[in-house]
Amino acid sequence: MPIIEIAGKPINVNEEGFLTVYDEWNEEIAKELAKQIEIPMTDEHWKIIKFLREDFKVQGETATSRRVQTVGGVPVKEQFALFPKKPAKKMAYIAGLPKPKGCV
Amino acid sequence: MKNKLVVLGGGTAGTMVVNKLYKKLDKRDWSITVIDKDNNHLYQPGLLLLPFGVYTPEELVKDKDRFFPKGVEYRRTGVDQIVPEKNQIFLDDGQVVIYDQLVIATGTTPRPDQTPGMDDPAVWRKSIFDFYTFEGSVALKEALDNFAGGKLVVHISEMPIKCPVAPLEFAFLADAYFNEKKMREKVQITYVTPLEGAFTKPVCSRQLSYMLTDRHIALEPDFVIEHIDPETKVMVSMDEREIPFDLLVTVPVNMGADFIGRSGLGDDLNYVPVSKETFLSKKYDNIFALGDASDIPASKAGSVAHFAVDLFAENFMQHIHGRHMTHNFDGHANCFIESGNGKGLLIDFNYQVEPLSGMFPIPLVGPFPLLKESRLNHLGKLAFRWIYWNLLLKARWIPIPSLMSMKGKKQVEIKKGVEVDANH
Repeated sequence: MPIIEIAGKPINVNEEGFLTVYDEWNEEIAKELAKQIEIPMTDEHWKIIKFLREDFKVQGETATSRRVQTVGGVPVKEQFALFPKKPAKKMAYIAGLPKPKGCV
Repeated sequence: MKNKLVVLGGGTAGTMVVNKLYKKLDKRDWSITVIDKDNNHLYQPGLLLLPFGVYTPEELVKDKDRFFPKGVEYRRTGVDQIVPEKNQIFLDDGQVVIYDQLVIATGTTPRPDQTPGMDDPAVWRKSIFDFYTFEGSVALKEALDNFAGGKLVVHISEMPIKCPVAPLEFAFLADAYFNEKKMREKVQITYVTPLEGAFTKPVCSRQLSYMLTDRHIALEPDFVIEHIDPETKVMVSMDEREIPFDLLVTVPVNMGADFIGRSGLGDDLNYVPVSKETFLSKKYDNIFALGDASDIPASKAGSVAHFAVDLFAENFMQHIHGRHMTHNFDGHANCFIESGNGKGLLIDFNYQVEPLSGMFPIPLVGPFPLLKESRLNHLGKLAFRWIYWNLLLKARWIPIPSLMSMKGKKQVEIKKGVEVDANH
């Protein structure tokens, strides 16, 4: 697995650039990742990213869009407005968590 | 007083649990009860093939109770609620059952009512069909036979779903079916998924993406459905994309049983949160959930249930004797994927390792090639029905290990750089 430099630090990522080590993430890195995919981070964005980080710590899995809605309190439609086109993937990317995937 | 094991659900997982534990538990100390309101055991892999005329409806159903050992009590009723603090189960017939150990194996069910417009009587099973239910599969056969052409949309509402590759298989089989009927050019097939693509894992995506393009199946990824307009027959997404259809084959939102939610035992989709290694409830140390009913991040599929039950049986014996459970499940799954024209693929993977190429079940020998289309894999899928009824449910020996093996598998080196663009 590759190691790249983000915000001046060496970071482990997978072949798609998703962080692979939970504890290597911090807010500086998140800002950098958000910039790469052109997401302007507002308080609303941070609310979701922080929810995803906390939820992963307890559940060991990236929260689904449904869970961000029912537990995190942000409706799926709003997730699409904040992270256009691919909210689940973009939210996971910025939060330094695994992306949602199928079995193939 | 004997100890009582209660198993809720007599489907694939529940039946295997009962057969495994009946052999292991000392009958002087333990009684086993299965509770299931429906005595029809469905051969679920057949539901995908029935609409294409591979099976008749009668070939897919047998009585559940013929697969339970004689000494097991079967109660044919539904569950109203569990009170886990008191080890009580309130049944639909008004009676109460007390358990010492409980296994929840009530599976997952398609819920068209969860998407506005989907179950509208004007369209449901008239132009919108599911195929994961017996009634849906039978109705879809008629709809396919009578389809004169137009827009066929194959759609997944939301993950997780039962048998995650089945919709993709359906698209491949529909392509072959309409080719055979010499009307493929009259049918536009679109595959619609809430995921970022039909294939989301790097090796699969690289090796299998040709399967859609070669068959002229259009792909609409990242489509999270908001509602269906039954009048205009259009699906609308959360970001206001619209997909019109003449025939929609959908996998509705899948949910666990409602009584799990009522009993406070479920997550937001009524799946029971359990340890993904041992299937023990995260809240109660005498409740397990097996098969599709649990929230483990593995495919909701019979092969997963089979591997899981093998390990569970060993763990259960340790657990009731107060010992630590040592047979950790790795998420092993193994599925035949029908690709149409008498061919199929086979995939083998677990929680950590994505599907790779190689041979199965004997490394380098096979006979089944992994991650590659072949005639033998299709025949393997057909032969599996016999194995299922005669060996699998009765917990007889099958030459496939419960934990995944890496022997002879081709580890693929990922050379690509780390350029990332979540837009692609």
